[in-house]
Amino acid sequence: MTESTGFKQLLINQGYDPVDGFGEGRKIAVLAALAALLLATACIAAVMGAYDISITDTYRTILVHLTLGDVTSLPKLHNTIIWDIRVPRIILAVSVGGALAIAGAVFQGVFRNPLVEPYILGVSSGAAFGAALGIVFPAIFFSIQLSAFIFGALAVTLAYILARVRGETPIITLILAGVIIGSIFSALVSLLKYTANDTALREIVFWLMGGFYYATWNDVLLLAPAVLVSFVVLWGLGWKLNVLSMGDDEARTLGVNPERYKFVVIALATAITAFAVSLVGIIAWVGLMMPHASRMLLGPDNRFVIPASLMMGGCYLIVCDTLARTLTTAEIPVGILTSILGAPYLCYLLRHKGRVIFG
Amino acid sequence: MLYVQNIHFKYGTVPVLSGISFSVGKGELCGLFGPNGSGKTTLFKCCLRFLNANQGTVQICGDDVSQRSIEELARLVAYVPQEHKPPFPYLVREVVLMGRTPHLGGFFGVKRRDKEIAMDALAALEIADLADRPYNQLSGGQRQMVLMARAIAQDTPILFLDEPTSALDFQNQMRIWQIMRDVAEDGKTILACSHDPNHVAWFCSRVVVMGSGRVVAEGEPMDVISEDVLEAIYRDTCAVRTFEGVQMVMPRCVAERRESRVPAAGGLPARTGGGVDVGSQSTVLAENFNDI
Repeated sequence: MTESTGFKQLLINQGYDPVDGFGEGRKIAVLAALAALLLATACIAAVMGAYDISITDTYRTILVHLTLGDVTSLPKLHNTIIWDIRVPRIILAVSVGGALAIAGAVFQGVFRNPLVEPYILGVSSGAAFGAALGIVFPAIFFSIQLSAFIFGALAVTLAYILARVRGETPIITLILAGVIIGSIFSALVSLLKYTANDTALREIVFWLMGGFYYATWNDVLLLAPAVLVSFVVLWGLGWKLNVLSMGDDEARTLGVNPERYKFVVIALATAITAFAVSLVGIIAWVGLMMPHASRMLLGPDNRFVIPASLMMGGCYLIVCDTLARTLTTAEIPVGILTSILGAPYLCYLLRHKGRVIFG
Repeated sequence: MLYVQNIHFKYGTVPVLSGISFSVGKGELCGLFGPNGSGKTTLFKCCLRFLNANQGTVQICGDDVSQRSIEELARLVAYVPQEHKPPFPYLVREVVLMGRTPHLGGFFGVKRRDKEIAMDALAALEIADLADRPYNQLSGGQRQMVLMARAIAQDTPILFLDEPTSALDFQNQMRIWQIMRDVAEDGKTILACSHDPNHVAWFCSRVVVMGSGRVVAEGEPMDVISEDVLEAIYRDTCAVRTFEGVQMVMPRCVAERRESRVPAAGGLPARTGGGVDVGSQSTVLAENFNDI
């Protein structure tokens, strides 16, 4: 009992106060349910795979690792498949899905437009160009990932600089600048595709479709902490983001410096998007859809939308990736699946919830 | 409370404000009145520091606004923008709660106390029944009321309102002005800009009239809303009449039509006839005014 009141007090101290007309008790319950769903999805995904391993064997392998038990006692094959292939892949899927969904949620808030996705400022085109460079000129750009990340971040920086007028970055110029920069980099990618030899072309096309084929613990250790830190910071800015989505002038008179917070939020969201894209390629729709789904469940308050997006984005990518690796004997690029599953969902939103979601 | 001194502002090379000075005392409801393009909105923006004035100072509660941070300023001034539709369906209670933002601290910082203040602000404007409606699905008048509630929840000594009644029907206009008077009576200072000379004449305790970037007149509405002043900003379109102590601004053509038509119909002297006729209309308004 003391534990539950302690927990309640903790929630209240963090600004979530369940006892009033704001319906926050329900929202906290929904968040808890989403967390449970995420965990359950991850557990189920760990059991699924081309190589049949029983449920008990799967969880014993994971448990031994989690409790720092004697790893050598496990069958070597099980250990490799479960701990070195499936688990990092699942965690990477959660990190990427979470990163894209959070970035989408905060971009939509900052740009005051529910149809914005995290790639709006050209990060995907930039990263694609970086990756293509790495593939075509492996001698100069030794790491595809690094090159993708650098060019992804560069594209957004260029868009931001291009949009800056007299110390301010109006939303509309920012979006236009993103479109311009994006199309330049897309053209450059086409140029590289055109000049590349067959092997390189194949690799570029494959990279563009996105996938978790090569997920390793190294990727996880790079991405997961970055996503976690960005998530905590952006979550903490949740209320300010609400105010920011009312417009720059109003945010200013409500004590939220629009330029400062826009910069922080865009920088963080861009960093994790570029990071995620550089590791797994371009995965569409997650960043657009998951924030919508969160808003349908919880309303537009970003203090709830951001954590819900993280968990739903994670869930969605686990499901898509598990399907990608189990549906056929060969792997389907996960970007294809997220689009095929995502587009009908957005159609549904548009047809049935249009008034509520799109105002 | 609010001292504006010699403000100059140019958009590029186009001068918009050329030497604006006026002051508003505590508890006053001051109307900022002037035609389109006279620089009212620009003046607002300079006072709220959306724009930096080229020259001159604005002091609020003794503080020079250019020396204050955005966070500090938000505890001194609340701003009620013209009603607009945000893209997300925030509930009314959440929009009002946003007014508490400058007083928050901590990770999210929203405390139970802030929620109570937000709900009290809704109750004070008698719109608590709107609390659970999505803000962007309300009517224009309701949204304006919600923005007023937000400004009240922000709990600042001075409030700026940008044409609070321009998009509303007559009843809602009167309601908003009434609320502004109530708020001013509670000791807060209000600067509201308006296009309607009658509104400022009826409701404001003080009026600043602007024309082409300068202050044309300043003072009590009875003295300021005169034919001379209106002539200076609107040329010859307005006539001012007084009916039972209430000032009325009307289009000059309407005033003249009444005054010239009546003798033909009833044979009474023009002035009296016009007076009686319009007077019966203005009693309705006068009653309205007495309620207020």
